Amino acid sequence: MSALLLATLLIPLLGIAALYLLPGATAERLATRLGLYAGAAVLLLTVVLASVFDYAKTGYQGRVDWNWIPAFHVRFQLGVDGISLPLVLLTSLLSALCFLYSIRHAPEGGSQRSYTALLLTLEIGMVGTFLAADLILFFVFFEIVLLPMWALIEIVLLPMWALIASWGSDGAKAAATKFILYTLLGSAVMVVGFLVVFAHADSFDIAWLTAHAHTDVPKGAALTAFALIGLGFAVKTPMFPLHTWLPDAHTAAPTTGSVLLAGVLLKMGTYGFVRIAVPLLPQAAPTYAPALAAFGVVGVIYGSLACLSIVRKPDGDLKRLIAYSSIGHMGFVLLGIGSLTPVGMNAALFASVAHGLITGLLFFLVGGLKVRMHSAKLDDIGRALYRKAPKYGVLLAFAAMASLGLPGLAGFWGEVLALFSATEPGSGLTQGSYIAMASVAALGLVLTATYLLAVVRRVCMGPAATAAEGQAPLAELTAVETAAWSPLVLLTLATGLWPALLLGVTNPAVRVLMKGV
Amino acid sequence: MAVSSLVQNISYAQIAAPLIVACGALAVLVAELFLPPRRKQLVSWLSLAVLAGAAAPDLALWPGRTRGTFCMPQSAISMYSLGTGTPKAMPSTCSYVADRFTLLFHFIALAGAFVVVLMSASSMKRDRIPTGEYHFLLLSSVAGVLVLAASRDLITLTIALETVSLPAFALVGLKRWSGRSSEAALKFFLVSVASTAVMLFGISLVYGATGNVHFGPVAVHLAALPEAQIRHLAYLGAGLTLVGFAFKVSAVPFHFWTPDTYAGAPVPIAAYLSVVSKAAGFAGLMLLTGFAFSPLLNKTGPLLAVLAALTMSLGNLVALRQTDAVRLLAWSTIGQAGYILVPLAAHDSASYVKHVNASIAYIIMYAAMNLGAFAVVHSVRGTSLDAYRGLAKTRPLASAALAFFLLCLAGLPPGLMGLFAKVAVFGAATGSHLVWLAVVMAVNVVIALYYYLSWTARLFAAPGAATAAIGRSPATLRFAIGLTALAAVLFSVWPQPALGAF
Repeated sequence: MSALLLATLLIPLLGIAALYLLPGATAERLATRLGLYAGAAVLLLTVVLASVFDYAKTGYQGRVDWNWIPAFHVRFQLGVDGISLPLVLLTSLLSALCFLYSIRHAPEGGSQRSYTALLLTLEIGMVGTFLAADLILFFVFFEIVLLPMWALIEIVLLPMWALIASWGSDGAKAAATKFILYTLLGSAVMVVGFLVVFAHADSFDIAWLTAHAHTDVPKGAALTAFALIGLGFAVKTPMFPLHTWLPDAHTAAPTTGSVLLAGVLLKMGTYGFVRIAVPLLPQAAPTYAPALAAFGVVGVIYGSLACLSIVRKPDGDLKRLIAYSSIGHMGFVLLGIGSLTPVGMNAALFASVAHGLITGLLFFLVGGLKVRMHSAKLDDIGRALYRKAPKYGVLLAFAAMASLGLPGLAGFWGEVLALFSATEPGSGLTQGSYIAMASVAALGLVLTATYLLAVVRRVCMGPAATAAEGQAPLAELTAVETAAWSPLVLLTLATGLWPALLLGVTNPAVRVLMKGV
Repeated sequence: MAVSSLVQNISYAQIAAPLIVACGALAVLVAELFLPPRRKQLVSWLSLAVLAGAAAPDLALWPGRTRGTFCMPQSAISMYSLGTGTPKAMPSTCSYVADRFTLLFHFIALAGAFVVVLMSASSMKRDRIPTGEYHFLLLSSVAGVLVLAASRDLITLTIALETVSLPAFALVGLKRWSGRSSEAALKFFLVSVASTAVMLFGISLVYGATGNVHFGPVAVHLAALPEAQIRHLAYLGAGLTLVGFAFKVSAVPFHFWTPDTYAGAPVPIAAYLSVVSKAAGFAGLMLLTGFAFSPLLNKTGPLLAVLAALTMSLGNLVALRQTDAVRLLAWSTIGQAGYILVPLAAHDSASYVKHVNASIAYIIMYAAMNLGAFAVVHSVRGTSLDAYRGLAKTRPLASAALAFFLLCLAGLPPGLMGLFAKVAVFGAATGSHLVWLAVVMAVNVVIALYYYLSWTARLFAAPGAATAAIGRSPATLRFAIGLTALAAVLFSVWPQPALGAF
């Protein structure tokens, strides 16, 4: 099993090497196909990993443990458990689908070779983050993600004329810079927090630190460390007042960048809370948990209101709207984490995976519209998608229903469980205030439904604004689109109808982690 | 008095490295006179051979125990090893010690100077620099660095520091046809002389208070000064002595000579000042704070912490506004100096050695990435940042190398080397309960990323009107870039040799 874990990291690396060893013209031509092969291989490996994974056991499996930097007590440690396995699967699935989508719909203008190499680097960083079992290694993978995502937002998507005219559109440049500066600030502060833990515990081994969580760090230092580490993850998640980088980044990013940003990168924040911040510093968690939950709830309301305002504007950007809706969904995740109960942690993980599937699908759909209309603005997309491209319209409505938390689809369970967990928060937290927060968040559910239904009505239904628009044919789903998007639809249905599929994997691991809290 | 106390036993094995470099300097100067103009290139090869040869005796000493030479047999005070404050079984007080610390700085200085010579080999004629003088001055300065790292008394330290600096003034001014070069040399000279004067005054106060110049006895006396007045005098002396070295490492507020001097000097000399000469400054700071003034750690520690915070913040903030590559690197080295100062701000002697380790690791890695960046800048002749726009199209390998060095300086993957160096420094700060300083540094890392990244992005943008039109670099320069890139990649994958060096 260790070989499997290493192979998931090595295959994308080999892909990058192959891209740059091939002569330039050949590499350009073969790039997206090579990316697809590598992505598919990683997906296959993770599926094999899921099949050989021993679901009865808790703790890390398939452990790789090399003495990497003895001078600094840093070990190259990988491992997978019930918490990371679903996220690893989500990552490899979304990456593979992005490669598949790129076969036909890679961003125009830039070099296909560097685009594919960036996606492969991104995959190494994302998978590695979920597999790392050492704090410094985790940090390294966490950072590996930044540069390719920055480049995806800034450089690759530029159409040729922009490349010639200047160094990219100012909007994309500013968005990319904002993204990388914000998240780097988060991770730089986070690693200081790790080192505060290290100063007292003398270890970076996540499993060891979890097992000795209560004894190794004194309360004062733990409070400092949690604040620093939590800040890093809160930027990534993103938590309400630290979210401002997200909408801009999504508006500027190419489709695949948006899918991976929303589908995986945000989960690295929640994963960090569930895996590191709370279990390693249980003595400090109750101090900050109410703040996490409260900011999460504010995010739910704020995100929904922002979406409502966008959908009412004629020049509202649909990608921006989905970005704001992500802030709302991640608010539920934070509420679940803030409850400090196993139920809440399970809810957070479930909602994370569900959000990855659903928002990934939404960004794909909007990306497809953007390709067809050359804009993601509501006015340019127009109305009456049902009439113009019925299959496309139904799929968009399906994704919207899933996103608003319709029972029977994936979006429902995570958010309901989060609300449920908040009614009975962990020891040391005041139940009354959590119930109040849960009821405000429940109001957010209603708001979420409101704006998503408004989007469906605005885009799918109604008569065409002009007669010409009603006549204009709109390309239906292409074969590649169908192939790339149907797995997301199926999984949204599967986890929605049978949540035990996911909860059965996460729950045993969560119970072990939360024993000390 | 016995004869044995007048005649000193000199261990030539230990002083071999500075001796070889010093003799090599003279040999180079003479050799250049006899070489026909077409063969002047040979002088560079001779310098390289001298630098490589000087490393050999150090390599032979490497696994050995701590030892010293130029010892004072009369002195009965035992020798203290760096920072620990525990007496070692050494009967005498030595002025020159070749321990692990010394040898590490020898290797840094020799390797750094090696790359500098490689960098300058091809540009001598173009910049109209007198070859023999150039190499003579460079090797003399290197000899000073080698002695400085080994010096264990205040007098040797001062003389070594002057040996580092005096040739450096001339080196900065070697582009005699350039007014900027002369101005840079003059500014460097005046500031340096002023700082040396301040430092000498400080040393005289320390000598007055302790009656000793050797680090061991100075530390013993500083720990047990009876009278309050003498104590204050000694503290003042120690503070002023440190100021001298703060100039050398261009710590804020003693930094203002740096950008002008770097911009006026030949680019390889700017690289030399920013890496080798700066490493010497840090070696001196470490010897003083961790050894001679080790009883005052609780006083120098907070001072250095504030100095570090100011240095990195100002360096990075001003670097944001630079449009010239060399000036940007100059301000960035000020910022980086701030990071290197952080571990020295630890204020308990028990963990001092452990923390100094982080600084040394940082200096080793910084040497590789900064020399590399300067080497690429030297190969791209225009110094405006706009000259780098679209360089990836015409010079893909040099651009990739520069991008890698810049990301190393920023500490962002794939520049893992810089990331590890910064993590080590963060670790030293949190380990000595300076979490505030670590947070200040974290903010600085983000500020610095902005200018490193916007430079990197220029490389891959479309070429503009100002893009430098350059052909292939000469082989020696390409070799210098390749060498530093190789070191940077190696340290990125396997940082243990640097992080565990000391």
